Amino acid sequence: MSVLAAGGPVIPTFGKGSSCVTGDHTFCWDWVRGHWHDTLGPALVQHIELTAIAVAIGFAIAFPLALLAHRFQRLEQPFGIFSALLYTIPSLALFQFLVPFTGLTVTTVEVALVAYTLVILFPNITAGLHSPPEEVLEAARGMGLTRLQVLMRVELPLATPAIIGGLRIAVVSTVAIATIAAFLLPKGLGYPIFLALKEPTPFKTEIYSAGALAVALALSCDAALVGLRRLVVPWASKGVA
Amino acid sequence: MTVADAANLHTFVDALQFIVDRPGFLATKALEQLALSGAALAIALAVALPLGVALGHLHRGSSVAIAASIIGRGLPSLVLIAAFLTVLGIGFVNNMVALAVLGSGPILTNSFDAVDRVDRDAVEAARGMGMTDPQILRRVELPLALPLLFTGIRVAAVTIVATAPIAAIAGGGGLGDIIVNQASYRLSGVLGASLCVMLLSAVVFAALTGVQIAMTPRGVRRTRVIGEPQRREL
Amino acid sequence: MNAAAEITFDHVTKRYAGRDAAALDDLSLEIPAGAFCILVGPSGGGKTTALKMVNRLIPFDSGDILIDGRSVRDIPVVELRREIGYVIQQVGLFPHMTVGENIGTVPRLLGWPKAKIRARCGELIDLVGLEQSDLKRYPAQLSGGQRQRVGLARALAADPPLLLMDEPFGALDPITRFRLQTEMRRLHREVGKTVIFVTHDIDEAIQLGDRIAILREGGVLAQYDTPDAILAQPADDFVAKFIGEDRALRRLALKRLSDVKLSPTNGADQQPRVSIETTVRNAVSLLLETKTDHLLVEDDNGQVVGAFRFSDAGALL
Repeated sequence: MSVLAAGGPVIPTFGKGSSCVTGDHTFCWDWVRGHWHDTLGPALVQHIELTAIAVAIGFAIAFPLALLAHRFQRLEQPFGIFSALLYTIPSLALFQFLVPFTGLTVTTVEVALVAYTLVILFPNITAGLHSPPEEVLEAARGMGLTRLQVLMRVELPLATPAIIGGLRIAVVSTVAIATIAAFLLPKGLGYPIFLALKEPTPFKTEIYSAGALAVALALSCDAALVGLRRLVVPWASKGVA
Repeated sequence: MTVADAANLHTFVDALQFIVDRPGFLATKALEQLALSGAALAIALAVALPLGVALGHLHRGSSVAIAASIIGRGLPSLVLIAAFLTVLGIGFVNNMVALAVLGSGPILTNSFDAVDRVDRDAVEAARGMGMTDPQILRRVELPLALPLLFTGIRVAAVTIVATAPIAAIAGGGGLGDIIVNQASYRLSGVLGASLCVMLLSAVVFAALTGVQIAMTPRGVRRTRVIGEPQRREL
Repeated sequence: MNAAAEITFDHVTKRYAGRDAAALDDLSLEIPAGAFCILVGPSGGGKTTALKMVNRLIPFDSGDILIDGRSVRDIPVVELRREIGYVIQQVGLFPHMTVGENIGTVPRLLGWPKAKIRARCGELIDLVGLEQSDLKRYPAQLSGGQRQRVGLARALAADPPLLLMDEPFGALDPITRFRLQTEMRRLHREVGKTVIFVTHDIDEAIQLGDRIAILREGGVLAQYDTPDAILAQPADDFVAKFIGEDRALRRLALKRLSDVKLSPTNGADQQPRVSIETTVRNAVSLLLETKTDHLLVEDDNGQVVGAFRFSDAGALL
């Protein structure tokens, strides 16, 4: 169920371009400058939106779920197995699978992206909650902390590095998977690439510039989260990337 | 039951019908996809596994391993496939290389980690007893690293098989050919092929998990596979 | 190599890159064949460094270490290590191998026939006080004390003339620790190997060693002598402080009534009786406890062989 099959819009990548563009040289800065406003810029913004919504919703679901699984440990394994299975589902297939329910919409894309973030966030958060050594918990209980206080003052702070670690993976993966949304919707950085690939001779500059933006987006999100971690948990920063 | 629900059910019935009607065609496409995936995995293994194991043995290059894990997850498959297409042209080779790069990430990261994390005391004891480096690797580090190392291979294999349908857009063939060609196969075909792709990934995942459990050394089985899972923060 | 090796540290010096203080400063030591030599001192004293230089896990900068007159640098490193038993605090058992496979590691490396390895494992498991059935178990199924016994058996497997032990009992609870210390003494008497043993615990050093080398920060040898001589005459304030102010009592703990020149008895009296195997320290404690001026000492057959007084203890020091 591709956009193209449905006769989606085609961004004119050829035509009035420079000799660089018409000759399809390795990289044409003039094309990037010329199409920043109508192609690359909007695609980047859409990509950020797709990712941010997916990670935010994913976290909002995974966090309470992980707390629940931490409290009732019996739930953890079923959740874990479910997550592992979900992650084996190819993104393209999952998108298509959802189309009959939610159509060719942003909702379809977000449902799939949220599912993938869950798979990453849930195990990372539960693992983080399990990370305090038994003696630390015992010391906390021994000092008279209630169960809630143990959670708030010991388990959650100690879980923070793992939670941020999970967020890093989730954000980076979501940025990557969101490119596949282009198979359904004219949205995100995958779309210019998708269009270029549909041409008889794919236009290199379009592929490289959109691809580079996607990678740069992933890396800067990752760097931002590393920075956040330094800020929030200075005690855990030693020797870890 | 609402109209939409009825439509949904109807679509899935059609998709199943598509699968039932064309088992041979789908099997051929599935084999195509497996061939592409197998070739990509073989290349990824040949490159990333020795590198990861060697770095892990030397306890050097953790930054390389971390970079590989970020690249493994952060490099969009579509970007990789498109970029290699501009260099290698359309077809099998381009897709094989792109998928191999994708699969190298988890293999490199996990094999580095697996060997790097082997109990240093056991390794010191082995060295103190007069084992040579190859002996330490073969008799102590690799057997102990095996579960985690194999996890990397499994993740890589599943990633490759799951990404392979996207390769169809660059002439990779396989079940993806059907998914990206709704004009010829209609919605029922797209959905049917999608279901087959899901099944294929699940089978690969289940088969490799089975192999992994079977090959874990007994002494470490309780502690590694069934006990606390090995987790890695990125 | 012989059944027990003689070890010589000859002006050995080691500096780690990026640190001013030497890890080991001009260490010279003669360890006679068959001795139980303890390297003891505070952290930063270089005792573990010194130990690991013998099997070349740590290289040294200058000087030399000789085993039976041969420099360790002249022996191929793998061969050297296979002829030295090595035990560390964390044991480092291979978790994927059974106890038997762990013990048989070095013999296997040396290419012994299978039957001989099996026989040797059976012998060693007895020697370290475990059951034959334990050979089939995995390290994860053993207690800490049992693991260290396996570590010891593994180190002894190829009958090495030298045993290096790096705080082997440091991670054990006091009871297990005491039991293993006692058995270590017995084992040493039975196998008669040279042992170099690192600890930071002066009590362990006094109890186990027949020679003690005390290293101070900066890797300087403060004193090297028998436990009795060190307790009797600490070389300087550092040693005196390190061995503690109750060194007279500690010395008495090293001696038994059989070492004492007992006073004659004045016939049968009602004084408390003690065995001649009692340590002098315990005898003194009993004198204090019973508020008497002497004890009757009896031999293995219950015959009174003399009397023990405070002054007799004093005469020992």
